[in-house]
Amino acid sequence: MIVEIGHFALILSLFVAIVQGVVPLGASAVNNRRWMGIAGPASIAQFLLLCVAFAALTHAFVTSDFSVLNVANNSHTDKPMLYKVSGVWGNHEGSMLLWALILATFGCAVEVFGKNLPDGLKNRTLAVQALISVGFLLFILLTSNPFERLINVPMNGQSLNPLLQDPGLAFHPPFLYLGYVGFSIAYSFAIAALIEGRVDESWARWVRPWTLAAWVFLTIGIALGSWWAYYELGWGGWWFWDPVENASFMPWLAGTALLHSAIVVEKRGALKNWTIFLAIITFGLSLMGTFLVRSGVLTSVHAFATDPERGIFILILLCIAIGGSFALYAVRGPSLSGGGLFKPISREGSLLFNNWILTTATGVVLLGTLYPLFIDAIDAGKVSVGAPFYNRVFIPIMTPLVILMALGPLMSWKRTDAKAVLSRLYLVYGATLAAVVLTYILKGEDGWGGYLGMGLATWLATGVLWDIAERVKLGRTSFGESLKRLKRQPRATWGMTIAHLGLAVTIAGMTGAGNWKVEQIQVMNFGDQLEVAGFTYTFDHVRDVRGPNYNALEGTFTVEKDGKFITTLHSENRTYDTGGMPTTEAGIYTMFLGDLYAVIGDKSGDGYVTRLYWNPLVAWLWGGSLMLAFGGLVSLTDRRHRVGAPKRAKTNRAANNTAAEGAKA
Amino acid sequence: MKRKTRRLYMVLVGLCALGAVAAIVLAALEDDIVFFFSPTEIMEKDVIPADQRIRIGGLVESGSVTKAADGVTNLFSVTDMANTIEVQYKGILPDLFREGQGVVTEGYFQGKTLLADEVLAKHDENYMPPEVAEALKKSGKWKEGEPISEALKNGHVPDDAKPAKEY
Repeated sequence: MIVEIGHFALILSLFVAIVQGVVPLGASAVNNRRWMGIAGPASIAQFLLLCVAFAALTHAFVTSDFSVLNVANNSHTDKPMLYKVSGVWGNHEGSMLLWALILATFGCAVEVFGKNLPDGLKNRTLAVQALISVGFLLFILLTSNPFERLINVPMNGQSLNPLLQDPGLAFHPPFLYLGYVGFSIAYSFAIAALIEGRVDESWARWVRPWTLAAWVFLTIGIALGSWWAYYELGWGGWWFWDPVENASFMPWLAGTALLHSAIVVEKRGALKNWTIFLAIITFGLSLMGTFLVRSGVLTSVHAFATDPERGIFILILLCIAIGGSFALYAVRGPSLSGGGLFKPISREGSLLFNNWILTTATGVVLLGTLYPLFIDAIDAGKVSVGAPFYNRVFIPIMTPLVILMALGPLMSWKRTDAKAVLSRLYLVYGATLAAVVLTYILKGEDGWGGYLGMGLATWLATGVLWDIAERVKLGRTSFGESLKRLKRQPRATWGMTIAHLGLAVTIAGMTGAGNWKVEQIQVMNFGDQLEVAGFTYTFDHVRDVRGPNYNALEGTFTVEKDGKFITTLHSENRTYDTGGMPTTEAGIYTMFLGDLYAVIGDKSGDGYVTRLYWNPLVAWLWGGSLMLAFGGLVSLTDRRHRVGAPKRAKTNRAANNTAAEGAKA
Repeated sequence: MKRKTRRLYMVLVGLCALGAVAAIVLAALEDDIVFFFSPTEIMEKDVIPADQRIRIGGLVESGSVTKAADGVTNLFSVTDMANTIEVQYKGILPDLFREGQGVVTEGYFQGKTLLADEVLAKHDENYMPPEVAEALKKSGKWKEGEPISEALKNGHVPDDAKPAKEY
């Protein structure tokens, strides 16, 4: 019964979405205010209906209702509760329902938090958002209905893929989707603005928090996925440039660009056209990512088997969404130009440069992801594009970006004297040089990657700190006064500082884990000792352990350094009751300077094959990613976002400008 | 400088940068992509270049998996049912690595043996990498939709094979 209610709510939400999509657009064309207003209540209704549908499916999973095909295929009575719940979105049908729910959630949030938005813009935005919903709800109902019943009810389900039974991955898809789908709001705002034919500073101020929120979620989602790969796949890697990872990385890169270009629109009224374009591209890449992952046109370690028919449906959606919006853009875009002029060397100039690089990087990832398809299509063989390609291309592209990242915030709007900025940075130069020399002393001559990475990380970190020191006039006024100024800094400045520092930490983590990993593979008998990067591992014993729904072989290692006990590592090989598919759980101990990481393999003679790693600075990767996300969050709480979308009162904008000027002065 | 001249300079600088990126990308596409071959395609080659990274795929031949004397190097054969390539891989094989299952391995050839540094078995136990499926189809040993076990005379595909899952 509950399942049928859910199914019914899902169908109903489709009709509500159709109304929400069609009526306001039609009504606003003839300027009928009353009918336009239907978008708001409809967005709330659509959200509530999808909540009912999602709750019904969750109920079916939690109570293990195996008369539902989806539950029977993906759940099992023995599964711990967490994985029964995460099983809801751990499969195609359920994850698409989550997609639709999040889409509706963002629409509803615009209605609830966007009270101050001008009616026309809000209703059009909600209508565009609803049209996307219509596409996805049709997709769910026609090709992947999660509520399909089974006539022959099985005794038990087939359980969730054991690799996915993991806390990191339980929350990875919701965050990723909140990010992916969150960019739909920026897209809807962009389309609404194109229909209205007006983009101004306040438009950017309304769009920016939504983009920022989506970006924060996407950052967390990507970091969770990477963390999962690190400890679950058992080879100590954290990023594989695999098509599915790229599918989430491309919207992240484009979204990061969008975030920065929206600042220019907001503060200076320039780059309007470009920002609209980026908003379309970013959501387009999210859609394309969904298409790539769902259709199975690309092979990947993350993609589970897929269905071409569904792929074609999403491809059609993609063509309509992207084709339609570009057509609209071509018609309306040219009229949006104008806005503040600026010299190439200025804050705007540096943000524009940031955008060029980020879009180029997005293009490169897109090329690398699609190249194998292209080669296959022209029958020139089968190729794979992997880490070597991206490392070679990405490092030269991203290096100028990081160099500029430290300088950009120091520049003023409109025009900047580059020499004046550069001549103030002696401390930054000194620190960077020191970091490179220190790397040389500690690591010796082991390739330029280490020097470059550590140099860039230090350059960025000290550059960011220098910027904040200048803002509070540290050393140029009394310490107390500086402290007072520090407290008065707007949250947006704090957000930027934290996020940029986060990237510096991430770069250091990537450099450490990428360049100085130590890996040893050998057969060990009980009691054998082995030294890896200065740590002595003793292989103590193995034993069988029983988990909630699996049996595991657990190997125990004691790790010492200079005779001093550090930790005990437990590494497991799990065999789940329901599937013949074993999984590896690495034993990991995280320290400030690196991770101890041990994996146990098969029996070999009397001993076991073991893989022991020293993964330097790898925790900095996740720490830095968290700082990025946290910075975004802090920026989101900035007063000018919280006051939200202030009415387009002149005083308000003037106040903002003076505040911004004051912060810079 | 007049505004037009400056704009011209900007465009030129932009074009140069774009050209540089294009050059890097093209060079990387030339050198850093990995070609995929089936065992038969490798066998048809007169010379297998030793300095080129190669990816091969097929089924792990039943009964071929052994360990070298050092205990950590795995030796196995990858077959497309027409031809067979020997592979050496030092390390722990992926959890899903099984005899009779589809596998993709990557590395450099030394003579006729592939010294693999990467072995990929897919997340799903009854999943066939598309490259492998194609290689098997080409060698005429397997048709789409047919259970893998049909194609393998002695292969053992797990009996609890279940519909492929998605994530």
